Amino acid sequence: MTLLPSTFDIRNYIVYLGFVAIFLFFAITLFDYGFLSTRNLTNIVLQTAPATIMAIGLVYVLSAGEIDLSFGSITAVSALAAAVTMQSYPMPFGVAAGLGVGLAIGAFNGLLVAWLRLPSFLVTLATLGLFAGVARTMTDLRSIPVVDPAFTGFFGSGQLFGVPSLVWWTFFSIAIAHVIYRQTRFGAHILATGDNPRAAQVSGIKVPRIRFLVLTFCGGCAGLAGLLYAGRLQAAKYTLGESDLMTVIAAVIVGGTALNGGKGSVIGALVGSLMMGMLNNGLILMGLSVSDQMIVRGLIILVAVAVSLRDVTR
Amino acid sequence: MTEISEPVLSLQDIHKAFGGVVAIETFSLDLHPGEIVALVGDNGAGKSTLIKMISGVHAPTSGDIQLEGNPVTFADASGARAAGVEVVYQDLALADQQPVYMNMFLGRELTKGPLGLLDKKSMIAETRSLVEDLDVRIPSAQAIIRDLSGGQRQGIAIARATHWASKLILLDEPTAALGVAETAKVEELIKTLRARNLAVLIVSHSLDQVFRLSDRICVLRRGQQIGVRRTSETDKNEIIAMITGLQSS
Repeated sequence: MTLLPSTFDIRNYIVYLGFVAIFLFFAITLFDYGFLSTRNLTNIVLQTAPATIMAIGLVYVLSAGEIDLSFGSITAVSALAAAVTMQSYPMPFGVAAGLGVGLAIGAFNGLLVAWLRLPSFLVTLATLGLFAGVARTMTDLRSIPVVDPAFTGFFGSGQLFGVPSLVWWTFFSIAIAHVIYRQTRFGAHILATGDNPRAAQVSGIKVPRIRFLVLTFCGGCAGLAGLLYAGRLQAAKYTLGESDLMTVIAAVIVGGTALNGGKGSVIGALVGSLMMGMLNNGLILMGLSVSDQMIVRGLIILVAVAVSLRDVTR
Repeated sequence: MTEISEPVLSLQDIHKAFGGVVAIETFSLDLHPGEIVALVGDNGAGKSTLIKMISGVHAPTSGDIQLEGNPVTFADASGARAAGVEVVYQDLALADQQPVYMNMFLGRELTKGPLGLLDKKSMIAETRSLVEDLDVRIPSAQAIIRDLSGGQRQGIAIARATHWASKLILLDEPTAALGVAETAKVEELIKTLRARNLAVLIVSHSLDQVFRLSDRICVLRRGQQIGVRRTSETDKNEIIAMITGLQSS
């Protein structure tokens, strides 16, 4: 990012301010509860890895002026597909199954949105329910263990150069997604499509193709998130990803991605996602009950989103 | 000068019908390099249909479109752009939240290196020299479109067309949304296109503007080509009569 924005807008930096504010708050109030311990901070990153990957996909989809509500269900179905496959086949087949299912469901969303011109909100709301059901029937609500040590190491508890594999996954996914988003024609065409589809169209950008690709990409991200969940938890269950919908959308919006397209940030989504993870972690350490956590988290997200989206010029 | 040069665009007996509805009866017109021709007529006269045929959005039902003597058929708007025909749309077709330079290269971004990464530096530099050349005053090539005035935006839309057009620019109501001062600025800009040896076809509802800018005026009424006049040899009354049909040509 060598280019300075032409006008300074506090809303572009809200996620960083929020991140620092929440960090400082917990660092002080939870100092005696080990919030600042390396182990706890690493844990936050590890726990948010799947949500961060999902957030990347959502940044692309929102930037193109569409939305995906189904990524949580895709995550569950992908994790289950990988786990079931690995009961009888070696790891590469499981990985291919997980990612393949994610991409296929994403492509299915994309097909309906791009060429049948159905609103992505309704399409993905429907597939959210549809594949939540599929995830439940796939294994009769049972949890499927994932025992392959190569898989659980690669996608879960393993390390490389002393750094946990989930941190590597987060780092490389964010780095690659950021470069594609900011530095390639594909990224520019995503933003143009979300900003002004007609302008994109008359400029020769294949708008339906972009819509199809971002939704497919988002499905692929959700598939990868499913593999990371399965690797870390050493099991797959229909509930994986179910509770991530609100957190991921909040992370992405707070991270500076516009709900109606044309503007976004992959790095912002990462910081937003870490912020949400920190919030979960801090609220648990504070000893809040699950219901209280939901209330506090909901309120904080509401404030953060309101501040991010409020248009000061109107 | 216009007599000796070969026409850039030549429309011969263009006819267009949508189903049973005739939009253009027959239309013929030659456009020469460095010439500004105005297309006037009431709403529904067929001006937009004509623009859309020349820019590749619609295909004529019958008749020939020739660019520099070669018959062309465009599959879509990209085909026309590849042939050197650029359109400035009424609604500008700019991506509001993107910087000026990205709009200048929208759909035709420059890349560099084996990975095909965006060459932002070159795009910014080219944008800067282009807007300076055309005297479009914007804060910077990195300014976001939304922060610019209507006149600046239209200036960028025209600069973009100028940058990419090798033969012909179609302007569809270029000043419809602008104030007086901004209109004057954009008109100055349009006049400079003449010096660049581009052919310009402009659709405008403002007869004052048409008389300020054009070399020739072509009048359409209900899909009929009423006539073409040299701007220097006609006056508003004649053109108005042709538009409204109170006097036949």
